[in-house]
Amino acid sequence: MTNIANKQMICDVLMAAAQQDKDIVVLCSDSRGSASATPFAKAFPEQFVEVGIAEQDLVGIAAGMARCGKRTFPMSPACFITARSYEQCKVDVAYSHTNVKLIGISGGVSYGALGMSHHSAQDIACMSSIPGMRVYLPSDCHQTKKLMEVLVKDNEPAYIRVGRNAVPEVYTEDNCPFVMDQATVIQEGSDVALIACGEMVLYAKQAAALLQAQGISAYVVDMYCVKPLDSAAIIKAAQQTKAVLTIEEHSPFGGLGSMVAQVVAANCPRRVRNLSLPDSPVITGTSLEVFKYYGLTAEGIANSAKELLNA
Amino acid sequence: MNLTKLAYQLRRDVVDMIVAGKGGHIGGDMSVMDVLVTLYFDEMNVTPENFASANHDHFVMSKGHSVESLYAVLAAKGFFPRERVLKEFSQFGSPFIGHPNNKLPGIEMNSGALGHGLPVAVGMAITERMNGSTNRVYVVMGDGEQAEGSVWEGAMAGANYKLDNLCAILDRNRLQISGTTEEVMALENLKAKWSAFGWHVIDVADGNDIAQLKEAFAQARATKGQPSLVLANTVKGKGSAVMENKASWHHHVPNAEEYAQIMADLKQHEEEA
Repeated sequence: MTNIANKQMICDVLMAAAQQDKDIVVLCSDSRGSASATPFAKAFPEQFVEVGIAEQDLVGIAAGMARCGKRTFPMSPACFITARSYEQCKVDVAYSHTNVKLIGISGGVSYGALGMSHHSAQDIACMSSIPGMRVYLPSDCHQTKKLMEVLVKDNEPAYIRVGRNAVPEVYTEDNCPFVMDQATVIQEGSDVALIACGEMVLYAKQAAALLQAQGISAYVVDMYCVKPLDSAAIIKAAQQTKAVLTIEEHSPFGGLGSMVAQVVAANCPRRVRNLSLPDSPVITGTSLEVFKYYGLTAEGIANSAKELLNA
Repeated sequence: MNLTKLAYQLRRDVVDMIVAGKGGHIGGDMSVMDVLVTLYFDEMNVTPENFASANHDHFVMSKGHSVESLYAVLAAKGFFPRERVLKEFSQFGSPFIGHPNNKLPGIEMNSGALGHGLPVAVGMAITERMNGSTNRVYVVMGDGEQAEGSVWEGAMAGANYKLDNLCAILDRNRLQISGTTEEVMALENLKAKWSAFGWHVIDVADGNDIAQLKEAFAQARATKGQPSLVLANTVKGKGSAVMENKASWHHHVPNAEEYAQIMADLKQHEEEA
């Protein structure tokens, strides 16, 4: 198993790219340690900017640099870089169309017991609703690598959310199918569609195996590209199954579940259920304890899928 | 070129734009006009010809609501036809919207939400230094805008990185939409505040005087090891007693009588300049 956190993989890709491209700049808001960006800062001091604990400044400076030709990658906890800097993301990045890739680290409930101030359960909703902003939640380190290798070269704004901890692989280094802005179908099936993003993809994949053992066939989609959403993949998954279950580490409102329901309702009505974090501060615990409590695990997803099929 | 004359002439364009567009931030347009004219026609190296290249000075209009004055100056500078902006400002489907947007030639960054321009300008100045370029960066802020916390984040970063290629201009007209700045949220002592943040502050007694502004920009250019703040003490509504120093003219469309008087006053100033 390649036990590399997605944020670590982001830094690795950026370091490789920065060797060739002197316009790549990483910016941190006293967050280089938590972003795994310390090696980058040491190796490329001329391509690294520290702004201190000032996330509005972080995004504004990154946008100004991008306007002058840099490819900037501000890295800060997802809760701060989206919510605290929201207006800068909207006006200085998306509206001004600057080549800024906003990297939200320790997303979702990665910070566990630190509480709601440090959780980002609103970032998909708020970032997706900005015109011109792409939103990506890669599932494992291999997919993160492929995604970042595209993003270090393109010229459009984007927000990328990754978690804090190393997560088990969904794919392997040699077998990680990836087409930019197209969801990855992990397996086809005929009973229930499991559509997930970010770290929830692993559990959806594991849930499919549990369901398989019980004679239920699951169709599993890794919707890493939350925006632009791969509607065709959603429609295909819904058409081939009887019901759709979405799984996300996000508020129940405005996230992947809302978007999938919109597409399914308009194109091929099926029952859609959304497994997510609650509309309340989450229970205190590690992220794994939190996931378990809210049914965001292989067992929880499998149980929800069965309930959904029986509903 | 007589820039004082030009500034009064462009103020008339602003008034026409606001009347035709049925809305605009007229008071701040009038206070900041001399700053913009001095920047675009004397201080900055930016033209329609070099704008598409990487080699020009940068400008950010952080007080984006004074966009009418920027449009008038950019038209005079040849970025787009004057007749077009006079006709299309704020009209349905127009690119000349009520805040700066970079779909238009001559505008680098979209603005309008206050407190954004300084961090963006800091990013530009860091980049120009990284690139070993001599291009300079200018940003115009309002005084009411000084209440935005992000201004001070940018101020801290500008000083931290010793950005002597960065010059911020504060249009100190002492009025904002609800009243005087000191009534709404006391700003003074601005000079002491910016100095304490590590900036070289250039206090311009009359920020509507082109000669004083030229001198200030020369001083900013000569200042090494720290960014400069040009504290331009201006008059809101500058150019006609009808609108001078009146908070109610922050956003206002002159009626026919006011229009006639303002245009006559501006014309007279232009002729006397």
